[in-house]
Amino acid sequence: MKYILLMTGAKAGVDAYRAWSENDIQAHFAYLKGLNKELSESGEFVATEGLAPPEQAKVVRGANDGTPITDGVFPEAKEFLLGYWIVDVDSPERAYEVAARVSAGPGPGGVRLSMPIEVRQIMHGRTGELP
Amino acid sequence: MDRVLDLSSEHLLRDLAPQVLGAVFRRFRDFAAAEDAVQEALIAAAAQWPREGVPDHPRGWLIQVAFRRMTDHVRGELARRQRETAAAMEMDQLAPPPDAAMETDQDDTLILLFMCCHPALTSSSAIALTLRAVGGLTTAEIANAFLVPEATMAQRISRAKNSIKASGVPFRLPTSEEREQRLRAVLHVLYLIFNEGYTSSVGPHLQRLELSRQAIRLTRSVHALLPDHAEVGGLLALMLLTDARGAARTGPDEELIPLLKQDRALWNQAEIAEGIALITAALAKGSIGAYQLQAAVAAVHDEAVRAEDTDWPQILALYELLKRMSDNPMVMLNHAIAAAMVHGPGKGLELLRALDADPRLANHHRLDAVRAHLLEMAGDHEAAIKHYRIAAGRTTSIPERNYLLTQAARLSQSTTSPE
Repeated sequence: MKYILLMTGAKAGVDAYRAWSENDIQAHFAYLKGLNKELSESGEFVATEGLAPPEQAKVVRGANDGTPITDGVFPEAKEFLLGYWIVDVDSPERAYEVAARVSAGPGPGGVRLSMPIEVRQIMHGRTGELP
Repeated sequence: MDRVLDLSSEHLLRDLAPQVLGAVFRRFRDFAAAEDAVQEALIAAAAQWPREGVPDHPRGWLIQVAFRRMTDHVRGELARRQRETAAAMEMDQLAPPPDAAMETDQDDTLILLFMCCHPALTSSSAIALTLRAVGGLTTAEIANAFLVPEATMAQRISRAKNSIKASGVPFRLPTSEEREQRLRAVLHVLYLIFNEGYTSSVGPHLQRLELSRQAIRLTRSVHALLPDHAEVGGLLALMLLTDARGAARTGPDEELIPLLKQDRALWNQAEIAEGIALITAALAKGSIGAYQLQAAVAAVHDEAVRAEDTDWPQILALYELLKRMSDNPMVMLNHAIAAAMVHGPGKGLELLRALDADPRLANHHRLDAVRAHLLEMAGDHEAAIKHYRIAAGRTTSIPERNYLLTQAARLSQSTTSPE
């Protein structure tokens, strides 16, 4: 079963992260890199991407004639998707375990961040027999 | 010669895979490396045979290429060990073991299946390893079927091989005491592979139909090796009788069509005939099992010319037997449907109420889907709509969700708009 693990944060959190020390930033990336390597080696890795920063985010709607109407000024409190992991695991518990690892990445001074990670199962095309 | 690797050569390659692996493993006693060498030989054949033609002795050709790869691998290993430990050359590794001539190629396919479906492996690893080592599929093909990156699938296969190595399973048929239980694990993995492929053709899942074909092919080869085993015959029959309805399971917009609304003219009569012959022969052997009973249910459905001709009392009797044999909640749900078809929806709903307390069905969409269906039969459309929607919110299957929402929409239209 496949799950997507969504890492979200408000713009304030992103700003705070930019003020981290070089060591803290490096430690955080080394942690995630190690986790990605583990997931590849366990045969569970499907994909991971980080998204461009919230400053570049736009919300687009299609007008009646199909032209895009963009909106890009968001309240400070808005949560943005920062990045995601897709894993193929044997149980929901294992997906939660991986999410907890993502969440527990080190922040300033090596203190665990405990970021909230939203875990969602990805739908599939298999079916059983219907009456 | 200008031949391409047509479908029959592709089948030839895949059918030869377990025989070649058996021969290489027997000679070198290193399952993980032998399996890699055979995979390389298969890939070389797939590239070379279309250009140069299929060799006169394809099996010998593959064994020779795989042996060469293995020899390179062993030389590399020996050089590495010499560098590391200056240990003596372990040339005895290259000598054929004393039992080399004792077992046949045919046993090899079975032995490999027993190894790949070892209970120490998770089902996802067993499935991947079985498809590669016994099915002769490439890592890329398996990765594509499961929609994961090739590197991930390669890791999954290599970990599975390491687990087998660590478990120390000997390369021989299991002892007669453990054989029945190990065979059950093999059949379960084949059944799971079939179910992985049993999908609607919606979106990116189109290529998964291939998995049902592979499961049928592998089960066919087990049946050829163990023709007297009733459950093997039962599983093959179940696959064929289910696969026979494939073309009728989806409509023009790829929407799911339930069994009782399918256009039966689209069912594959050749598969139905083969499945019925198999299940008839299996049941006559007298050792009834769950696959045979499920195949018998499928056969009763497939034999009905129109949905209304379905022999529901017989299906109900078969589910009564299945219920006694296994404690599977899905069997209980199907039993409730059959009971409703024979004794009316009230009886089916009563049986469902007894399942409400089963923790295995708590929040399971299938319980709500069946309840919705029976409530609709009973004429309680409002409650049916509610349960169709609850079920739609609980399934993780896209085609099932779409089907359930469509049922709720159809009922709410007919309930609110006067005819």
